[in-house]
Amino acid sequence: MPGHPDNPPAIEAVELTKVYGQGNTEVRAMQDVSLRVERGEVLALLGPSGAGKSTLLTALGLINPPTRGRIVIGGVPVLDGEQALVDLRGFRRRHLGFVFQKANLIPFLTALQNVQIALEINDHPPRQARHRALELLGYLGVAERSGNLPEALSGGQQQRVAVARALANHPDLILADEPTAALDSHRGRQVMELFARVAHERGAGVIVVTHDHRALDVFDRTLEMEDGKLLPPAPGVSPHY
Amino acid sequence: MNLAAQDIRHNLGRFALTAVGIGLLLMIVLGMSGIYRGMIDDALVVVDRIGADFWVVQRGTRGPFAEISRLPANLEHRIAAVPGVARARNFVSHSVQREAQGRPLRMTVHGLAWPGDKGEWVNLVAGRPLAQAHYEFIADASLGLPLGERVPLGKDVFTVVGITRGMVSSGGDGLAFFTVADAQAIQFDESGEAVRLERAARLERGGDQDVGRTSPFLLQRGSGPASGIPALARPMVSAITVKLAEGADPGRVAATLAGWPDVSVHARADQEELLVRGMIDKARRQIGLFRVLLVIISTIIMALILYTLTLDKIHDIAMLKLMGARNGMIIGLILQQALLLGMLGFGIAWLLGGWVFPRFPRRVLITPADLWGLGLVVVFISVFSSLLGIWKAMRVEPNKVLS
Repeated sequence: MPGHPDNPPAIEAVELTKVYGQGNTEVRAMQDVSLRVERGEVLALLGPSGAGKSTLLTALGLINPPTRGRIVIGGVPVLDGEQALVDLRGFRRRHLGFVFQKANLIPFLTALQNVQIALEINDHPPRQARHRALELLGYLGVAERSGNLPEALSGGQQQRVAVARALANHPDLILADEPTAALDSHRGRQVMELFARVAHERGAGVIVVTHDHRALDVFDRTLEMEDGKLLPPAPGVSPHY
Repeated sequence: MNLAAQDIRHNLGRFALTAVGIGLLLMIVLGMSGIYRGMIDDALVVVDRIGADFWVVQRGTRGPFAEISRLPANLEHRIAAVPGVARARNFVSHSVQREAQGRPLRMTVHGLAWPGDKGEWVNLVAGRPLAQAHYEFIADASLGLPLGERVPLGKDVFTVVGITRGMVSSGGDGLAFFTVADAQAIQFDESGEAVRLERAARLERGGDQDVGRTSPFLLQRGSGPASGIPALARPMVSAITVKLAEGADPGRVAATLAGWPDVSVHARADQEELLVRGMIDKARRQIGLFRVLLVIISTIIMALILYTLTLDKIHDIAMLKLMGARNGMIIGLILQQALLLGMLGFGIAWLLGGWVFPRFPRRVLITPADLWGLGLVVVFISVFSSLLGIWKAMRVEPNKVLS
């Protein structure tokens, strides 16, 4: 699925390398990783602990820039090595959504407010933000819990609210780091299906780091990492890189 | 959406308790200021109320409020004769400690120059001014003496005929207003035995001298009451207060009086300055330093509390940063909480102080200027103490969410 100039991929990463320390203490957490995710595509990133998945995810999320390599999101070059080419925080605000193993909802805000705050951060007027937050919670099936604090929600409900928050600003890319690790298999599959639905219906690229092999059929594509490198794709699968 | 308000609502109990703690600290800061103001006001109340233009005191002394001053009582007549003087009155002031109804009664005795001064100027809240030359007095409410109470002082019993409020000495003792003669009688009271011994001594001294031998009648008087001996001076007074006639030139009157070799003259402003700068200066500085210490302590405590509150939210702040929240939003969250904490503390200090301070043994006077001043200090310490939390929040990396 090569990207068209008018419809650039959700993300394109070229030869990302992350090095911690130097000399005898140098550790290469990620080595020459390149990948591309189209809009509407759901990608699973697999690999054992310490493979470099989270390093890749934080690099793609503009949280922890790579030592070398380039990242282009939605057609906009954002990182060249450690050098930021845009205001990273502002770019995250407008173009990225995050979901983690823990929902990481703000405990003093209700479910509705947790989604609403993401919109207000992106300069949406409060009334409009509230309206959209309610709509998203409805879309994810937790509208009836919108007035509850996170502590009153189940793990699955919290994760749905976190997904709603990640979707709030129509991101080009959603990055999810083991979002089902704290859920039972049924709930875990529901969340994975949710990502697929979001990607297909809303046109966002989704990268999900997971250990859970039971719901891999939900994904459009899977990639595996080991020792900081992407492994060659399985036979029969057409990789973009 | 106001994140600070939402966080406070979620942690209302802890926030309220913290605000109460800050409020108590600020109440002490406010109280210290009030004690200082009260001391000044108490010290100046008599000088202000008497309203004398000049205070004439013993030569070389600074007046009755700063040190012992003794003047002959008849000096008032000499001063009254100076052109431009409308009124000159004896002033007697001294402290006594007696026992009344089984409890210690400490008061500052003030002499009113009866009959010219019956104490009409005293701020009476009950009863009446003095109506006779002896055996009556006006007591400040802080002495706890009710109207009609009979109090033995010296060899006489005095009746409370008027009650005043808020009139205490710079030492905090309630004032009691007697006629000058009664005030002197209380001050110079001697036991019968002491009087008898003094008379016997006079008789013996007189008998040893020519005048005693040649004038037996004089010797006979010497063994009698002191009032029967014109050569013995009348009891001394502390000062003479002078009120100028309308249109009189104060400089000229002061120059005339200052030219006399036996007295010194102080204007009312001088007396006030002496009281404020002299008597209570050390207390003022001590209280001032204590206030500074309390403000520093409050700032440190507030800073620690806000830092702890920020640490509790560090994960949430990291999440907000990850979502792209601007620094202004995060600083606003901490700063608004700091200011609200400070303002609530200020309000608690004000309300609680209004209830507690009137129960203090000494007057605690809170002026609007002090309240505004403390308000500004609270804003300052709120902002200053939030810096540590803001510093911590600014250093948080978004990837902290992953840890």
